[in-house]
Amino acid sequence: MRHIISLLVENESGALSRIAGLFSARGYNIESLTVATTEDPTLSRMTIVTTGSDRIIEQITKQLNKLIDVVKLQDMTEGDYIEREMMFIKVRADGSDQRAEIKRLSDIFRARIIDVTDTTYCIELTGSGDKLDAYINTIHDKNVIEVVRSGSMGITRGEKALTL
Amino acid sequence: MELSGSEIIVQFLKDEGVEYVFGYPGGAVLHIYDAIHNQEDVKHILVRHEQGATHAADGYSRATGKPGVVLVTSGPGATNAITGIATAHMDSIPLIVLSGQVPSGMIGSDAFQEVDAIGCTRPCVKHNFLVKDINDLAETLKKAFYVATTGRPGPVLVDIPKDITAPQIKIPYKYPKSVKMRSYNPTVKGHPRQVKKAVDLLLSAKRPMIYSGGGVILGEASNELREVVHKLGYPITQTLMGLGAFPGTDKQNVGMLGMHGTYEANMGMHECDVLFAVGARFDDRITGDTSKFCPQAKIIHIDIDPSSISKNINVDIPIVGETKQILSDMAKLIDEHKERPNQKALQEWWKRIHSWQAQDCLAFDRDSKHIKPQSVIETLYQVTKGEAFVTSDVGQHQMFAAQFYLFDEPRRWINSGGLGTMGFGLPSAMGVKLAYPEADVACVTGEGSIQMCIQELSTCLQYDLPVKVVNLNNRYLGMVRQWQEFFYEKRYSHSYMDALPDFVKLAESYGHVGIRVEDPADLHDAMVEAFAMKDRVVFLDVITDQTENVYPMIQAGAAHNSMEISPEHQKRQNSINPEGELA
Repeated sequence: MRHIISLLVENESGALSRIAGLFSARGYNIESLTVATTEDPTLSRMTIVTTGSDRIIEQITKQLNKLIDVVKLQDMTEGDYIEREMMFIKVRADGSDQRAEIKRLSDIFRARIIDVTDTTYCIELTGSGDKLDAYINTIHDKNVIEVVRSGSMGITRGEKALTL
Repeated sequence: MELSGSEIIVQFLKDEGVEYVFGYPGGAVLHIYDAIHNQEDVKHILVRHEQGATHAADGYSRATGKPGVVLVTSGPGATNAITGIATAHMDSIPLIVLSGQVPSGMIGSDAFQEVDAIGCTRPCVKHNFLVKDINDLAETLKKAFYVATTGRPGPVLVDIPKDITAPQIKIPYKYPKSVKMRSYNPTVKGHPRQVKKAVDLLLSAKRPMIYSGGGVILGEASNELREVVHKLGYPITQTLMGLGAFPGTDKQNVGMLGMHGTYEANMGMHECDVLFAVGARFDDRITGDTSKFCPQAKIIHIDIDPSSISKNINVDIPIVGETKQILSDMAKLIDEHKERPNQKALQEWWKRIHSWQAQDCLAFDRDSKHIKPQSVIETLYQVTKGEAFVTSDVGQHQMFAAQFYLFDEPRRWINSGGLGTMGFGLPSAMGVKLAYPEADVACVTGEGSIQMCIQELSTCLQYDLPVKVVNLNNRYLGMVRQWQEFFYEKRYSHSYMDALPDFVKLAESYGHVGIRVEDPADLHDAMVEAFAMKDRVVFLDVITDQTENVYPMIQAGAAHNSMEISPEHQKRQNSINPEGELA
């Protein structure tokens, strides 16, 4: 099953490699991993999307908790949560028919065109991973020039929060 | 007090109560060595290879319970130390490894003797630190000791760039008595409700088995374990790492379990209805086939490390916390409990266990004209009255030592259980001898293992460490040969140790005494002679039977009740009558 694990970790140079190293050393999957500093500059927040049986996920959370740099951990998937991922996609946009079609599609997906040249569009889109996949699928492969995805991030609904 | 980084390191070690540092100098640690030279409180032991330094510190720690301290230089100094760091990591031994690093400004430039020590050691340390600022040095060292020695212990490496230790830069120093780390708070106290449930289950058992591991020794919980086991009257088996936590000579002890465990321990595991695991981690050498592990048992598991629980085997009642505290709580609860152990069922169970014991699974041919390795350990046990510290290397000799030397006290049996590191025995014996200069310290080894760290014979001479090396010399990598005999149709690929040195002459050239024994009749006297030379290192080169195998043996991935047994055991099993008694 797919799980989204959010972590508060010490904002130190080795923390990321300890966490990434744990996943490779023990053969766990990483679907995506995002990391950035929080409002407290000594802490980073990391979101890891992983898959595994309940037993594997239990081991993953225990092993992560064991790392000295991990301050706090939460498995988002255990409760209600909101998940988003951001994507930039650069597509070939030649000729007025094609440009209009891409513009229409982007409106349907509530994507924004953020850069335009004579031959290309650069589009920004936020949503669940499925939504980003769906958008990519609407555009013919040969017209996709470049895709940049941020990886998922998540936040719990309601009062519950991952803070110190 | 204004001190340089080097002086801070030495002063800190002194304030922390460190007696010995095991190390080897080099460019990046020259400032530190200069500071060591100017004092006598912290004694430095110069090894002959950094692997020896880590094993010696490790042996010192296993024997004393105190953390071992290592000092190595950058680059090859750090990489040579890694085998010993990984050894300590697998067996949860607290080590502090201080490694020199190239100056901060040169990190990442592929400087001479530069290696990313933090990156190289990351997978095999509990934690590691790079010191970036001299003002953080003392606190970082304190954190290293704190992390290494608390919770589930383990090695911690502190990488120190050369500029941090420069003699010109001095800062005020005060010993940090304690440190707080928001991200590190090991659980110490077991959950009372879980402890209660565990006692309820234990007292309802009809065929109980207690299985204890190295966690009892690391947690200094031997007395508490003994109390609980004696109160219950249940059989107990130990892992390779747990030997000595419960007396080897106690009637309730059924010996070691697992791949080369006793017949009675493994059969008991297979048939028990309640398994009580204390400070053990269900390693694959213990469990064999996990799907057939203790098929009828409800399982209780005490461990300080939550990630050990239900990692390999699902347990019914997990208790996270310190073994000492939890066992002592359990002892009280057992006294207060309205239920008593089921004596009728227990009697039946012991009867069954005794019938397994009567088969004498460790029997070997005592009339052989060759020296049997088992008899060497038996002789060692007799001559040292079972009171020696015994270190070992890895292979058949290690298993024979574990089976035939009955340890009555914890911290006497010192071996690399998890990583299985050949070369561990001699340097770890040095660490033990430093800690207990008056005690008999024997290194049980083989002609393969001893050659992996034999250079430390030189360190033994320099620091006057009269350990006894008992070399079971069968001219084979015995355990490899055994597996090749069983599983590769006797194709002995590269397991024959050809071109062996003359170990007697070799010992002599290192300034020690060498004795060779080839005749079973000479064994006892030679052993007595070796241990009578209190102030000399004696290398006892015992020429043993090349064909002997370690029995019983559970093949990797098989169930506990399917053991290969020795020919002598087979003879006795064949003579059992239908009532289950020996004819």
